[in-house]
Amino acid sequence: MNGQGIGQIVLYVVLLIGLGYPLGIYMARVYNDDDFATRGRFRWLGAIERGFFRALRVDGFREQTWKAYGKVTLVFSSIFALFLYGILRLQGHLFLNPDHLPAVASHIALNTTASFITNTNWQYYGGEYTMSYLSQMAGLAVQNFVSAAVGMAVLAAVVRGIARRSRDEIGNFWRDLYRSLVYILLPLAVVLGVILISQGVVQTFHAHATATTLQGAHQTIARGPAASQIAIKQLGTNGGGFYNSNSAVPFENPNGLSNFFEVLAILLIPAGQVFMFGKVVGARRHAWMVFAAMFSIFAIGLAVNLPAEQHGSQVLRNSGVNITQSSAQSGGNMADKEIRFGQANSTLWTVATSDASNGSVNAGFDAQTPTGGAVPLVNLFLGEVVFGGVGSGLYGMFFYIIIAVFIAGLMVGRTPEWLGKKIEAREIKIAALGALFVPTMVLTLTAVAIVTHSGLASIYNSGVHGFTETLYAYDSQSNNNGSAFAGYGATSFSASLGAVAMLFGRFVPLLAALALGGSLAKKKIVPASAGTFRTDGGTFVVLLVAIIALTAGLMILPALTLGPIVEGLMH
Amino acid sequence: MKSVLASIVAVVVLTAFFGFAYPAVMTGFASVAFPNKAGGSLVDRNGEVRGSKLAAQQFTWPRYFHERPSGTAPAYNAGATTFLNLGPTNPDLAKLIASNAQAILKLEKPYNPGLTIHDIPVDAVVTSASGIDPDISPANAALQSRRVAAVRHLPLATVQKLIKENTDGRSLGFFGEPGVNVLELNLALDKLGGK
Repeated sequence: MNGQGIGQIVLYVVLLIGLGYPLGIYMARVYNDDDFATRGRFRWLGAIERGFFRALRVDGFREQTWKAYGKVTLVFSSIFALFLYGILRLQGHLFLNPDHLPAVASHIALNTTASFITNTNWQYYGGEYTMSYLSQMAGLAVQNFVSAAVGMAVLAAVVRGIARRSRDEIGNFWRDLYRSLVYILLPLAVVLGVILISQGVVQTFHAHATATTLQGAHQTIARGPAASQIAIKQLGTNGGGFYNSNSAVPFENPNGLSNFFEVLAILLIPAGQVFMFGKVVGARRHAWMVFAAMFSIFAIGLAVNLPAEQHGSQVLRNSGVNITQSSAQSGGNMADKEIRFGQANSTLWTVATSDASNGSVNAGFDAQTPTGGAVPLVNLFLGEVVFGGVGSGLYGMFFYIIIAVFIAGLMVGRTPEWLGKKIEAREIKIAALGALFVPTMVLTLTAVAIVTHSGLASIYNSGVHGFTETLYAYDSQSNNNGSAFAGYGATSFSASLGAVAMLFGRFVPLLAALALGGSLAKKKIVPASAGTFRTDGGTFVVLLVAIIALTAGLMILPALTLGPIVEGLMH
Repeated sequence: MKSVLASIVAVVVLTAFFGFAYPAVMTGFASVAFPNKAGGSLVDRNGEVRGSKLAAQQFTWPRYFHERPSGTAPAYNAGATTFLNLGPTNPDLAKLIASNAQAILKLEKPYNPGLTIHDIPVDAVVTSASGIDPDISPANAALQSRRVAAVRHLPLATVQKLIKENTDGRSLGFFGEPGVNVLELNLALDKLGGK
């Protein structure tokens, strides 16, 4: 196997932990220290925060119950959705549109609005030729910040609920939102943006450039304020590209170093949030075990995808061309992949983006081998809990943890406990809803899209691969990922069905998580006894991974059989 | 109702800051610190823009190194990037690979009689992800070097030296994979003169 490529992956993991850990400790303070940045040298920051609350006429320090918190989250997201839809439809009449792009078609605008409000960033639009600079900056990029911050805020509240005892409230939405945006996302985005600009990512308000090629033809080169947007689309697990081919495009991701930072940014905050959770609830060992469970699934993805892609597809092997890896080429399945990334970095990105609900890509998934392409498909279906989306990943994992301790409790015949709290019928119902709602929706919507003519119209590659495209589309949108087997096309049917998938896929688990946090906040702590199932050891890691594999994994197995498995056998 | 009003104000404030101030400041920084890169790494020769270091362009003449196949319409459209999206079992993929390989054999064989399909590196027959991948693999460049040297009446060693000079190694010697920048290589060849 490719030693250089493995070396890059190992360094990736080292930096992920090395940077994620301190970030997690920092985030724990940001959300839970009332005096954060209100005294001493940083007093002016506290003044700005209070000014923000005054402008909104809200009391950012008044605690809310989970219901109040959830209600504001929904209202806020709805108002922003209307605003974004308006910009997309009116961009032709608005400013910052140097290439004179017309309004975004209504079904595409609907899908895109749902996509960005829900932190999905599914792309039925082609960035550089559909969206004006105004739509990109003031519409999409703002949502990259805001939808990420909403997920992070909800997680902060749920974690607070877990840590508290005998309380009704779990925090204040406006304060959690503000602190996610200003103290976490903004500084990271500025740092990453500067790095990307230094590497050659475009950042300009000038219109496209026109070149006369060496053979005398004309070439149009799309440009725009990309780096500032790419920084946040990576960090906020958004993933919607400035360009249609996303981070495969050299203007968005020019070299190996920019690629490394972009892929590191995908998992940085979600990994940090695991450590934040451990710090806030005072269960660091437990947090490490959750991290270990996530990491094992992540590692399995790498271990399946990389050899499959390096081995190449049957058609490439039969063709006789040279696919052997050497110092002069990366080799393997190079279809819809870029030279500067090769196999190792394409695999790393594929696995990270599908684990994390990011959805950005640096290679095309449609052209991956059946085995290779099954990796992101399954990763999505697990519910984006392997690190997962910012905020949404870890609160999604909480559902599985509850189910795991419940099953462990059944095995020993005791009331299950988690972090000193009794897990009762209500919590288990919420967790089951949170864990099973989205996979059920994926399978239902895929079935609808497969048995209707309107659904079939979106398929690009016919036969079995077309089924996989369809499954992937609803898998990706329901789980708010946004990556695609990109041949799957936009019709008004698929765009509307996708919008439904994204909205329900976002807000049902989100409300379930808040309900869980609210429910746990009310509980008292019961001291651990000899019969308590320990959640800070290796047994728990094995159980948790097994529960994820058994619930979501088994649900997708029949569909996998119809798609990638048949294709792999035909292959 | 209170949260509706608060949300409306929040939309305005957040859009003003994250939608305008943030990208404007970043653009200001970029235009001062990295003007060429921020503008798309355009390649200027005698006051005329000839392309971008970061975008493939169409090369069909034998005197030039050729890019990887592109899935955009028309090919190498840096204004509308796209994957080709042909699945691994799609019959069109097999046809495309075969026809690309035949075209390469036809083009290169006169200058390289021993050439067989097994010598063609994979990146030369399948599309890139962006459709404008500016690089070819060093193996692909080596394959084309005999033709370019012969057509331009240059010693093979000279062409090989230029390939080496225009190979972008791994970033910091570690990240990513090496690739040969086709536009820069062809510009270097043109600068050298020769037919």
